[in-house]
Amino acid sequence: MHFTKDHEWVELNGDIATVGISAYAAEQLGDVVFVELPAVGKTLAAGESLAVVESVKAASDVYSPIAGTVTEVNTVTVEEPDQINARPETTGWLAKLKVADPAAVEALMDRDAYEAFLGKL
Amino acid sequence: MPQDVSPLKSTLLTAAHRALGAAMGPFAGYDMPIHYADGVLKETLWTRQSCGLFDVSHMGTALVMVGKASGDDQADHRAVSAMIEPLICGDIAALKPGKLRYSLLLNDGGGIDDDLIVGRVPDSPGVLYVVVNAGNKDADFARIGDAVAAKGGQFKPFQDWALLALQGPKAVQVLSGIVPGVEHLGFMETGRFTTDEGILIISRCGYTGEDGLEILAWPTLAKPLWDRLLANESVKPIGLGARDALRLEAGLPLHGHDIDGDISPVEADLAFALSPRRRKAGDFPGAAVILNQLDQGPPRIRVGLRVDGAPAREGAVILGPDGSNIGVVSSGAYSPTLRRPIAMGLVPPHFAEPETQLGVIVRERVQTALVTTLPFVPHTYVRKPIA
Repeated sequence: MHFTKDHEWVELNGDIATVGISAYAAEQLGDVVFVELPAVGKTLAAGESLAVVESVKAASDVYSPIAGTVTEVNTVTVEEPDQINARPETTGWLAKLKVADPAAVEALMDRDAYEAFLGKL
Repeated sequence: MPQDVSPLKSTLLTAAHRALGAAMGPFAGYDMPIHYADGVLKETLWTRQSCGLFDVSHMGTALVMVGKASGDDQADHRAVSAMIEPLICGDIAALKPGKLRYSLLLNDGGGIDDDLIVGRVPDSPGVLYVVVNAGNKDADFARIGDAVAAKGGQFKPFQDWALLALQGPKAVQVLSGIVPGVEHLGFMETGRFTTDEGILIISRCGYTGEDGLEILAWPTLAKPLWDRLLANESVKPIGLGARDALRLEAGLPLHGHDIDGDISPVEADLAFALSPRRRKAGDFPGAAVILNQLDQGPPRIRVGLRVDGAPAREGAVILGPDGSNIGVVSSGAYSPTLRRPIAMGLVPPHFAEPETQLGVIVRERVQTALVTTLPFVPHTYVRKPIA
């Protein structure tokens, strides 16, 4: 699993990348009450808005950690937004993308690097 | 723009908030708790079902006093009322001892420069208690202080006292265990309570729609009282995030968002704050504009909106049934109590009928917003029967 400085995570399985927000991000957001997911088939550049997660007070964009085309979205998070707080890095995933350049994830932080990054915040 | 680098001010309880693990943030120049470990959602619900403790010491509290009390309670009250009434639209002269009134500080254009509470301190002839919003405190105090001084009175802000709000159905039960007698206060009443450690000025009002008390505490009493209240299992600390959600659910406007210097009391649907005596006399700032709006109707009026889909936040455009732009959302959030997005905004009166179907634009998409009567969540104030 790799992480961005904006606290998204991405996990590769072949050329399919699963994307979500980190436990740290979920903790910072507080209770997620509304989730907006992208349309399946949408093509995203790295850093483009992938989803929106909202707390009582504010809306936050989730940016795609990697370029790709959305193949599947986790509609469970729309029905039960609290899944994102309960299990942000597993069943609280947001979308799966078919990526053209799987090697691009190597440019992101691994868990150790992300933990070190969080330590400096 | 030059960056404001002045350090944030703290309250007597800032260290206590940090010790509780609060997420802190700047608010009106103060370093304030936005939420504690439970988060905004649970804190909102807890306040409605039990009782929440809020540090609102950043708000402005002050006394207005006659220069020299004559000893005639009524004459002194009339004299002190005459110092503040020209700035606001309430009938302060008619206040009975121990009564509080919600009022509005108006400008000459009829706009609301702030909303405030004015009370008649019991057993203190010629003394009024004033509570204003944190963000307007300096400007309000300068304006009120000048007006009071010009009439020979004294204006005395409370420096370094703590203002705690205890809000929720269990508030009175909890505080009466510590300060016996508070249960005798009615809604919008205030009293002075003396303990061995110092003085408390306690009011039964609030900003959540729930029964509640606001406690102005002598500086040395602040932390012990905070700790004693939190020791009660019915009480949890609640941050400003939940306070905002609670007041929005209660349909209460927030100055600088739902009301401001360009919005009149009639537009804000706060005409109840215009006292009949003052309307008749037309002797408040902006009276010509405001009385004309009362007579002819305002060009726009504050409404509540039940929003479908994503929450519509402050600044979201409101659309009429024909798709035309008719206003903007002034406050919007997800309501933890109703489990749906709610919002407020100003729209032309012909769109203000309850159940009128309007639209709001969220992330470039139109969502349905149904006009609804305020409050969203019913108030549960405890009013005394009229004797």
